[in-house]
Amino acid sequence: MINWIKHYWRILWKPSKHFSLAFLTVGGFIAGIMFWGGFNTGLELTNTEEFCISCHEMKNNVYQELRGTIHFNNRSGVRATCPDCHVPHEWTDKIARKMQASKEVWGKIFGTINTREKFESKRRELAEHEWKRLKANDSLECRNCHNFEYMDFTKQGQRAVNQHSTALASGEKTCIDCHKGIAHELPDMAGVEGW
Amino acid sequence: MKRVITLAIIALCSLSVLAQENVATLRGNAALDKEGEPPAIAKPMKDDVKRHRNYPMQPPVIPHNIQGYQVDLKVNKCLSCHARKRAEEAQAPMISVTHYMDRDGNFLADVSPRRYFCNQCHVEQTDARPLVENQFKDIDKILQESSK
Repeated sequence: MINWIKHYWRILWKPSKHFSLAFLTVGGFIAGIMFWGGFNTGLELTNTEEFCISCHEMKNNVYQELRGTIHFNNRSGVRATCPDCHVPHEWTDKIARKMQASKEVWGKIFGTINTREKFESKRRELAEHEWKRLKANDSLECRNCHNFEYMDFTKQGQRAVNQHSTALASGEKTCIDCHKGIAHELPDMAGVEGW
Repeated sequence: MKRVITLAIIALCSLSVLAQENVATLRGNAALDKEGEPPAIAKPMKDDVKRHRNYPMQPPVIPHNIQGYQVDLKVNKCLSCHARKRAEEAQAPMISVTHYMDRDGNFLADVSPRRYFCNQCHVEQTDARPLVENQFKDIDKILQESSK
């Protein structure tokens, strides 16, 4: 076995005998493009709502809850899909999140939340992950659409102005601190700050 | 005797037909085998201004939008502002002290379970026009009229 590895290791480090330098560089370049394109296409495929709700865990629980909210249907017809809020848009952050999500593949295989009861008993823990993530990145996924710079306080209700012009403007609070449970049902909130 | 009964039945029937013409129904004028045109969904009033109470014990009405507020075994969205411990930060009116009492008048540490479901008494107001005229009179008005 070790000899076998050594043999191929030596071949890899020897100059090519039969292929021209041009073939290897150009060929390597084209192969690189194809690999990269294929990788990103695959990545984007997992970044669609159809992919998310192809699992019944997502389709029957969180997706149904989203459907009644303003982020699903509203007067102007602009809506948020699962990855808009749950996957960062920047490439490096996205890759980091996708690697974390391999845990979700594990959960799918072993059926961690494959019944309504199991999902409900995990709801608080799963919600806390998302609250923690959004708190840590200053509600980045909210802000991809809701830009504070362009918020017109004169068009908000008085209560909204009071909160947004003080706690949010100073950075003392971030969107998720007050806007929990706007897209999905809340878990038991006993002990959560502000509830 | 038989004739009197028959006449009485005819009279009653015609009376009820006459009465029916004046009764407004929620169906409107839709035929029995058709669905009536539903009225447009009324807009909630959300100006945060306190409304008049028609009698002292009237539960105050809600002057803001409560669409999608979750009130169930797990969580009560209303209390996240109106509970005693939340009212200061939210600058919301605290639910009255009666909500912290059990039915024997003992004070509890938190909201009494019998007062937990806010919408049983407190309701949102909309811009919908009343279907029929409201002839309710405030007690002050009644006293005023009777003293004349």
